[in-house]
Amino acid sequence: MTSLVELMDYDEVIEKYDPVLGLEVHVELHTNTKMFCGCANAFGGEPNTNTCPTCLGLPGSLPVVNGKAVESAMRIGLALNCEIAEWCRFARKNYFYPDMPKNFQTSQYDEPIAFNGWLDVTLDDGEVIRVEIERAHMEEDTGKSLHVGGATGRIHGAEHSLLDYNRAGVPLIEIVTKMIPGTKERAPEVARAYVTALRDLLKALDVSDVRMDQGSLRCDANVSLSPKTTGALGTRTETKNVNSLRSVERAVRFEMTRQAAVLESGGEVIQETRHFDESSGTTSPGRKKETAEDYRYFPEPDLVPIAPSREWVEELRLTLPELPWERRARIQKDWNLTDEVLRDLVNANALDVIIATVEAGAKPDEARSWWVSYLAQQANSKGIELTDLAITAAQVARVIELVNAGTLTNKLAREVVNGVLEGEGSPDDVIEKRGLKVVSDDSALEKAVDEALAAQPDVAQKIRDGKVQAAGAIVGAVMKATKGQADAARVREIVLARCS
Amino acid sequence: MTNDLIHATAAELAAKIHSGEVSSVEVTQAHLDRIAETDGKVHAFLHVDTEGALAQARRVDEAVKAGEQVSPLAGVPLALKDVMTTEGVPTTVGSKILEGWIPPYDATVTRKLKEAGVVILGKTNMDEFAMGSSTENSAYGPTHNPWDLERIPGGSGGGSSAALAALQAPLAIGTDTGGSIRQPGAVTGTVGVKPTYGGVSRYGLVAFSSSLDQAGPCARTVLDAALLHEVIAGYDHMDSTSINAPVPPVVAAAREGLSGDLSGLRIGVVTQFSGEGYQQGVARSFEAAVSQLKELGAEIADVSCPSFDYALPAYYLIAPSECSSNLARFDAMRYGLRVGDDGTRSTEEVMSLTREAGFGPEVKRRIMIGTYALSSGYYDAYYGSAQKVRTLITQDFAKAFENFDVLISPTTPTTAFKIGERANDPMAMYKADLCTIPANLAGTPAMSVPSGLSDEDGMPVGLQIMAPALQDHRMYRVAAAYEAARGAFGGPSL
Ligand SMILES: [Zn+2]
Repeated sequence: MTSLVELMDYDEVIEKYDPVLGLEVHVELHTNTKMFCGCANAFGGEPNTNTCPTCLGLPGSLPVVNGKAVESAMRIGLALNCEIAEWCRFARKNYFYPDMPKNFQTSQYDEPIAFNGWLDVTLDDGEVIRVEIERAHMEEDTGKSLHVGGATGRIHGAEHSLLDYNRAGVPLIEIVTKMIPGTKERAPEVARAYVTALRDLLKALDVSDVRMDQGSLRCDANVSLSPKTTGALGTRTETKNVNSLRSVERAVRFEMTRQAAVLESGGEVIQETRHFDESSGTTSPGRKKETAEDYRYFPEPDLVPIAPSREWVEELRLTLPELPWERRARIQKDWNLTDEVLRDLVNANALDVIIATVEAGAKPDEARSWWVSYLAQQANSKGIELTDLAITAAQVARVIELVNAGTLTNKLAREVVNGVLEGEGSPDDVIEKRGLKVVSDDSALEKAVDEALAAQPDVAQKIRDGKVQAAGAIVGAVMKATKGQADAARVREIVLARCS
Repeated sequence: MTNDLIHATAAELAAKIHSGEVSSVEVTQAHLDRIAETDGKVHAFLHVDTEGALAQARRVDEAVKAGEQVSPLAGVPLALKDVMTTEGVPTTVGSKILEGWIPPYDATVTRKLKEAGVVILGKTNMDEFAMGSSTENSAYGPTHNPWDLERIPGGSGGGSSAALAALQAPLAIGTDTGGSIRQPGAVTGTVGVKPTYGGVSRYGLVAFSSSLDQAGPCARTVLDAALLHEVIAGYDHMDSTSINAPVPPVVAAAREGLSGDLSGLRIGVVTQFSGEGYQQGVARSFEAAVSQLKELGAEIADVSCPSFDYALPAYYLIAPSECSSNLARFDAMRYGLRVGDDGTRSTEEVMSLTREAGFGPEVKRRIMIGTYALSSGYYDAYYGSAQKVRTLITQDFAKAFENFDVLISPTTPTTAFKIGERANDPMAMYKADLCTIPANLAGTPAMSVPSGLSDEDGMPVGLQIMAPALQDHRMYRVAAAYEAARGAFGGPSL
């Protein structure tokens, strides 16, 4: 079905067109309860266990707004330098879909809780660009469909579908940027940097898990091309299913080269929703709709307007935590980092985990060393983000602590980390299971040394004769015999003592 | 004895049950027997919950025997409109699309009734999804007016009002979106009250039009309605539109009214609700009521509310718009009817076939009107304009209440019409709600109290009394005073 697309060379795209970006990010709030009912807002779980008449949309049920979610929405708005509405309402967005229990989504339409803000985004080379925020509004998530049978797991060709409403009614905040023009060849990078900055901000606000892989942060990327010759606005496409920061960048870049090729061949870009394919790095058209969607928005009559008092808004402003950029400035000063080092840490997405590791007890240098070298290599070889490694900052801090205490050598410490990454439990669990403690029992070491000396009598004699450097061979033999679990320095001391 | 029990008011029955003179089981059984005897003709009930009713009656009797303090209506039977969810008891809303659905939860009104020891006899017939003025739109067949079985009992709550008139229950619950409590009350010679919007929780009321729907009490006397009003009213955190304010003192007002003195009370007669289209007998009954109110000491004058002329068209945009969204959930996915799921059809096809088969013509008509009125490009002209009319109507009420304590009008332009007479003329049907709709649009309280029988056809006529928001007690006082002055007007013979 999908015809092969001839893509335009990226440099040529930039020569002929100006890309215009727009980003819509959906964030699942991690409130205790759902947006409009008292059900637990919990990820996973037995299907349809976190449900009630309201989030199942049973006849007669009614919504009640979760005040905590409103508060989170306002804090997000404030952190994004938005104005907070003095009066706003929910609206119904009407369309039929089986995973939406009421066949309308309770959302906000022309009266969002927060609007007209901005977010400063730092690019890889340190340049800062300001992304204007159009609005941040509240809405509810849908349930999930599981299509059984059929090859693709998508609805087409499936034998039947199962519906799980545990996610139905989970609070969502949708954050929409204004059009972002003028980014030129950096458009893909700007898109990634914006989502990264937003994710870090939301994490600092502690309003969401912000896990792109789990869907608690979802990004739709709108891209259009404006021909340099005319300057006219192009037709935009909206790319969904962009599930990682890297994908944001790839999806934007792909769309630019695809749209340019379409235009170049005399075709027209179709305004449509496209689906990003992680494995091929391409986008393909979503399901064709026979008619233009008309959501028939109207004010939600089951809810009353929200009118946050200015006192409340100012109270919330005071509760804003140290924001990521403020934190970076402070850390740079405290740890005495150069601009370049700081930028590398930020670009490697390592700063927050290093800070967390330091907060868990490690020294900044030690924490940095682990995250930017060994752990960065592991993330790289797995093709995932540093922060997606299956190890916590506290666990890294614990490993560092054990090294400092002499319980682990650096080599053993790496093995412990490997065990944690492979899901064997905490560092202490791994040490226990794999038997990875430094052999510090002198009698055991003495026995191993004696055996090594006995096995290599000529080397032993050389040491006794004062050729201290020959001790290395014995130490090596002992380390081999103890599978590297001995402290080499201590072994050397014992060898020398035995031969004196 | 049985005859006495079914003729008695709720207040009288409560007194007898609480003093131990009769048991709630006896009272309940007498009404169950009456239903068994008459409902073949009337068809007021869709479901009679004999076991549930008797079990609740026994609980009340035990509490009385144990000397416990019981609430004022404990042990008294009631007919519940089938629009309120009842845990474990079928709730169809008069529609095929919910045939066989057993709700897993009680509406707040249902819960309050149960907690007050009220005995729920069963669920009453209604126009499908409360859309109609005759109960002819029920998917389960029409209800007949006990005064004349050839005639409609009003709607949508025809089942509840017919049950009262047929002496099948002394109390009933209705819901009123454009007159569905008051118009049936008027044409069956019973009392029907639409409280202030937000006065009674809508949680568990299967929505027709969320911004207009309001549950309220139905009874044969004003005092009984007031007693029931106080049981079901009050703030509910499950309904965001519920008003967090004390329940208006309606029982005290009804008792005060029974003294028969209305001196100094200012009553406005809404001039828009008279003239062409008003049946002679209805007009004469209304004039007689005005004279009686004057005799009770009220000061009466005309008042014009010009925007009321636009209430009907505004209503027929707002209510269908909201219903087109509210009824979207009936899609065969989670509950109720499912048609065409034979393994070959898509989800969309099953949804479509189910809705085609499950909804009746009036429901479909309103869903289509509402879908159109909300669609982009038409929203401002239809839904938007209708909301502006709503504001104007609210302002007209506010202006009128600057000079008057309550407003009055006939409840309906005509007495009960014949079954089938308007079935193919929706506009004629819609006009039955001409006088009742403004109060729904403004969210203000209004009630219908019987004003005797029309001298031309011998059918009951209703007097509508309207009050400002949260002043529900004002209309109870007037209604009780008028009821005492009016005296008895007989009842239907079945
Ligand atoms: Zn729920």
